[in-house]
Parts: sequence; C-alpha cells; structure tokens
Amino acid sequence: MTSRPRLVLPVGERDHIRGPADAPVTLLEYGDFECPFCQAAHPAVEEVRRRVGDQLRFVYRHFPLANVHPHAEAAAKAAEAASAQGSFWPMHDRLFEAQGALTDEDLVAHAVALGLDVERFVRELASGIYAARIREDFMSGVRSGVNGTPTFYVNGVRYDGSIDLGSLLAAVVEAREAA
Amino acid sequence: MGALQPGLNAPDFTLHSTPDQTVSLHEFRGQRVILAFYPADWSPVCGDQMSLYQMVLPEFRRLKAELLGISVDGAWCHVAFALDRKLTYPLLSDFEPKGAVARDYGVYLSHYGTTARSLFVLDEAGVIRWSYVSPVGVNPGADGILEALESLERDAGRHARARAS
Repeated sequence: MTSRPRLVLPVGERDHIRGPADAPVTLLEYGDFECPFCQAAHPAVEEVRRRVGDQLRFVYRHFPLANVHPHAEAAAKAAEAASAQGSFWPMHDRLFEAQGALTDEDLVAHAVALGLDVERFVRELASGIYAARIREDFMSGVRSGVNGTPTFYVNGVRYDGSIDLGSLLAAVVEAREAA
Repeated sequence: MGALQPGLNAPDFTLHSTPDQTVSLHEFRGQRVILAFYPADWSPVCGDQMSLYQMVLPEFRRLKAELLGISVDGAWCHVAFALDRKLTYPLLSDFEPKGAVARDYGVYLSHYGTTARSLFVLDEAGVIRWSYVSPVGVNPGADGILEALESLERDAGRHARARAS
C-alpha cells in the first residue's frame, strides 16, 4: 500500500478555521459549494463537530471545479466576500444548505439574509479580488493530492474512507486518541 | 507486461481527436507532453480526473507541457464528453484497433477492455521521463504530474547553467 498524501500547505493565518486553535484534531475539507457530494457531507461534518466539540478544529478550503460547476467559483467568491465582513461560516453553511441555489441573484439574497453590506458584497463579487486566494486554495489541494470533492485531511493526512458520519467520526476519534 | 518505464522512447501514434481530425505524437516533438490514459468518458463529475486536469491546465502549460487524454471511447463520445465537461485539450480515441496504443505503452487491461489509469510525462525529445499507473478506481490527481514537470524544469535549468559556464 502506498502512503497517503499529506497536506502541503499547513493550516495557518490565511485559513478559515472554526474550533479552538489548540484542538488535538484538525479536520480540513477541500470543497465546492456546487458539488452535491460536498452538500451531502456538510451535515455529517456538522455532526462530527457537535460530537467532538472543542477537541476538533475544522478548516475549509475552496476547490471549485469551475468547468463542471458553473456557479462554484462565484459561490467561493461569495464566501470570501462574506468573510471580509466577518461572516465566512454563516455564508459557508448557507451555501451548502441552499441545495444549489447559487445563481448571482441567489448569492445576493444570501448576503441580504445574513445582514451583510450588500453594496460592498456585490461590488467585491463582481471584482476579481478573491480569485487569487481561491486559486491558491485550489492549487494547494492539487499539490496535496486532492482528486475530487470533497477531500478531507485528518491532522494533515488525506482521509480516503467513505464520507458518512460514522466513518468520519471514527477517523477523527482515532486521531484524537493518537494525539 | 508493465507500463513503459522512464528512459524509453515514447512510441509514436496517430489517433482521432474528433471524427475528422487526428493527432500524432510526433507533432509535439520539442514540447513536453503529458499522456493521461483513462478508462472511460463519463465518470462521476466531482471526482473526474479529466475535469480536474482542465482546471490545472494553466499550470501544465506554465511548465511547458501539452496534455493529451486517451481512452478507448469513440471520437463521437469524446466530442460529447468534452463539450459537457468543457474540456479544451485533445481527447484521443484508442478505438480501432481497440487499445492498440495503450498496449504499446503497457497499460491495456484486457479483462476490463479499457486502458489503466496511467500517466506518462515525456520530455521535448519524446523520451518518457516519468510514468505512473494508478490502482483501478483511483483518480491519481495531478500532483505527480506537476512534480515530474518541475523536475524536468530543474534539469533544464541545470543544463542551461552548465552550458553557460
């Protein structure tokens, strides 16, 4: 058996992180808001977070497959534009729960619902200011062995198990016990 | 029979990229080439190797490499697949005789009737510099290709410096 790929870009200041910085387990996802498998994985991730509590920190990086998901790039930009207003995670959750409602009009509606400064949000979405960051996320995933979405890393090692609550939770618990 | 190994000359071929166009490997002499053999068009979208490579194409080009996808699907199938996934690089049809090019490269799986998921990186002289066969069902991603191309780039840099000194 070949060894599993490892994360090449360590988690740091640049990342979107929820959970304590000193948590023994880091679960990192490369995801695409328009990917149905990522949408399906979102509730499992949330449940893992709930059950493992402050023993876990969760990190999300963008991996939009823009040629097959026409709204994925704009959705990633919307999350970054929300982040600029301190609302990355509310937007992240909303985009995954929106069941594919990701047209430009939908994105603006999400910003309105979250109480963001909509004028600034729309302006930033139309500009290219987040493209480089999203591409950096994407290429860091490519270099780390991401080959589809979602791809998870548990404490920096690619998780190759199935994407369901039981399997993800077992991997996280195992990493906590090994820590 | 295993996949052709680094150091060997890449066997030349001419295959259809569309019903009325062909692509020959020797046309790419002087450029780096990535040959990506894959089992079939129409694998599930979010884990699709060919879609991933479309997204990484700017990096491949920056490292002076052209990408050719190869499967045993027919040219009409490739056209439809490329249109659906918005793929802009050639998909070649190793269709008649079926899998002949894959056999030349040692990556035909006769019990599946498809090519293995396998990757070859060729240098400017058409010599295989890196090859990799992925386990069945596993998308190998692009990290190995990028590392192989960067290694070629470093070698080219060293040779240029050696000539200059």
